[in-house]
Amino acid sequence: MKNIFHRYGDYGDREAAGGENTHHDTSNEWPLWEVFIRSKAGLDHKHAGSLHAADAAMAIENARDVYTRRMEGVSIWVVESKYVHASDPADAEMLYEPANDKIYRHPTFYNLPDELKHM
Amino acid sequence: MTTKSFQEHFDNQIENEVSIEPRDWMPDDYRKTLIRQISQHAHSEIVGMLPEGNWITRAPSLRRKCVLLAKVQDEGGHGLYLYSAAETLGISRDEMIEQLHSGKAKYSSIFNYPTITWADMGAIGWLVDGAAIMNQVPLCRTSYGPYARAMVRVCKEESFHQRQGYEIMMTLANGTEVQKKMAQDALNRWWWPSIMMFGPSDADSPHTAQSMKWRIKRFSNDELRQKFIDVTVEQAKLIGLTVPDPNLKWNEETGHFDFGEINWDEFWNVVKGNGPCNKERLQARQKAWNEGAWVREAAIAHAQKSKLKAAKNNKQKSETA
Amino acid sequence: MATVQIDNTTFQLLHFTLQWADNALINGHRLSEWCGHGPVLEQDIALSNIALDHIGQARSLYQYAASICNNFDSEIRQQLFASTALNQKISKGELIDEDDLAYLRDAWDFRNTLLVEQPNSDWAFTVARSFYFDTFNFFWLSSLQSSSDSVIAAIAEKSLKEVNYHLRWSSEWIIRLGDGTMESHQRIQDALNDRWSFTGELFQPTEADIAMLSMGVGVDLSRIKQQWLDRIHAVLNEATLIMPTSVWMQEGGKQTRHSEHLGYLLAEMQFMQRAYPNMQW
Repeated sequence: MKNIFHRYGDYGDREAAGGENTHHDTSNEWPLWEVFIRSKAGLDHKHAGSLHAADAAMAIENARDVYTRRMEGVSIWVVESKYVHASDPADAEMLYEPANDKIYRHPTFYNLPDELKHM
Repeated sequence: MTTKSFQEHFDNQIENEVSIEPRDWMPDDYRKTLIRQISQHAHSEIVGMLPEGNWITRAPSLRRKCVLLAKVQDEGGHGLYLYSAAETLGISRDEMIEQLHSGKAKYSSIFNYPTITWADMGAIGWLVDGAAIMNQVPLCRTSYGPYARAMVRVCKEESFHQRQGYEIMMTLANGTEVQKKMAQDALNRWWWPSIMMFGPSDADSPHTAQSMKWRIKRFSNDELRQKFIDVTVEQAKLIGLTVPDPNLKWNEETGHFDFGEINWDEFWNVVKGNGPCNKERLQARQKAWNEGAWVREAAIAHAQKSKLKAAKNNKQKSETA
Repeated sequence: MATVQIDNTTFQLLHFTLQWADNALINGHRLSEWCGHGPVLEQDIALSNIALDHIGQARSLYQYAASICNNFDSEIRQQLFASTALNQKISKGELIDEDDLAYLRDAWDFRNTLLVEQPNSDWAFTVARSFYFDTFNFFWLSSLQSSSDSVIAAIAEKSLKEVNYHLRWSSEWIIRLGDGTMESHQRIQDALNDRWSFTGELFQPTEADIAMLSMGVGVDLSRIKQQWLDRIHAVLNEATLIMPTSVWMQEGGKQTRHSEHLGYLLAEMQFMQRAYPNMQW
């Protein structure tokens, strides 16, 4: 589990991502942000992509300019990429496979007569 | 898991067409190949803004001006999606830009040709974007998830680009004598560079085999080139333009067009930096980047000041509470 | 040719519409010059969006102006402009459209303010120009929403949504640069000082402004001047910048007397239509 605490996000951790270990000064690079867009009222925000911005206000505006040029959205969330915590794919078996045999959580598990309506 | 089992797991995913995602284990060379290919692709979009950007201020009607500006802007957007996809592999955008500016990273050679007349806007949209789409559609199913998703977005937006280009060519081809001449001249100049866009022949393409095995690439350079020629020749005929290849001829047996010898000498020279506009393109990018340095610094400095101010305000608030 | 009496109100409406349209086109054209050359990709894209808004507004306004022109009697139509290329077309009895107004008028028929034709120079000068103009445009359009001319009111209403965003964009950049680094502070202050002398003209009423105001079509420029000053002051204050104090103001653009820059801009913009006249593109 320690990996979950040591690595964050898909982005940001260059070593974990196996990036080239050059001594590159990124202190002047605008931080990376993840953009989530609600395409219309009633739907969830969905990950659209990422971009660089100096601050949150600029990130929202940039997201508007980059990701909603074709009326793709009505609402935008942004979060600085380094604050996204992600599960480790190596833990996939432990995390997700136990759900495989819990089919009784799904409505189709139950055999009911066809005559029954509205259930 | 041992490295061997990591490798097996990776191979299985590729075999079963399961996307590789940023935090999955992947062989170093797979990562390097992707960084090289995606960043080249991103650079091509960004450098590609320049030859067409030339004509935004000279577009012949307000409608054309809007369309062209929106199109070149889209290319900036596509570059951005692609840089983002490459960043998930552990390289920063600034690093990639440095590689472009130092000449270490390549971009598509087609953008080293000059845009001399308005008809070049038509030819680029029709031929260059057309060739790009041929290349890009299969990439929507490429094995690396973020790259594939970026390409889905790119392809969705790209479809208007080729149509607007063909529309320009069609309008010129149906126009006055000088307009027809302009259209034919543009086709003459852009035809060969466009079919070179698919890269060297399979026999001379060192990365193709491995990339196909990794499902990064789905079709070989020659396959895509042939497909492009087959559809484009018909499109040229439809508007009464002549493809500048005397050896072009339909082959009943293969069901494809045979075509003349590609000047690979020219291709490699343009790649090496001897194209008509290599220097100008790179200089324009360096200039924009260098002259923008103080702007980027200012925005970061301001963001930091604002953060400090907000923290101070919060502290004062909690002390008085 | 006998001089025919021109309906003065309609004539002024035409000039009023062209003043506004030319501001939109020339400003949009200038901003479009940044495409592919911005300091960072995201801002390159943002600026193109803004340029597209301006050119879009110009198109709506030129379409309206063209319809006004086309409604005049043919003899009067030939007296509306001083541009040979446009007049040749009109004298053939052809109706004119948005492109004719953009591409076939010479500089002495353009009515935009001097401010918008000033070159981009660098990011600071572009931001300063946009900030002055966007602030003006915001109050101008807010006021025009209640114009008694329904076409003008509708264009104003639609444009205001876009300009709201432009104003936010340029104000934020003023603050970022002003309250950024020492270098950015100095650069934006210099740019603001330099461009200040072009802001007086924004509020100088022309004959068309006065006629349209009296009919309930136009804008009370003296009223929005105060709003403009207040807004500029507030933003500069937040940006730790100083309000420029130069007193001498340049003017002439709205009266068709332009700076040298417009000629070059038009030479580039109009080249295709002039070199290859009467063709479809």
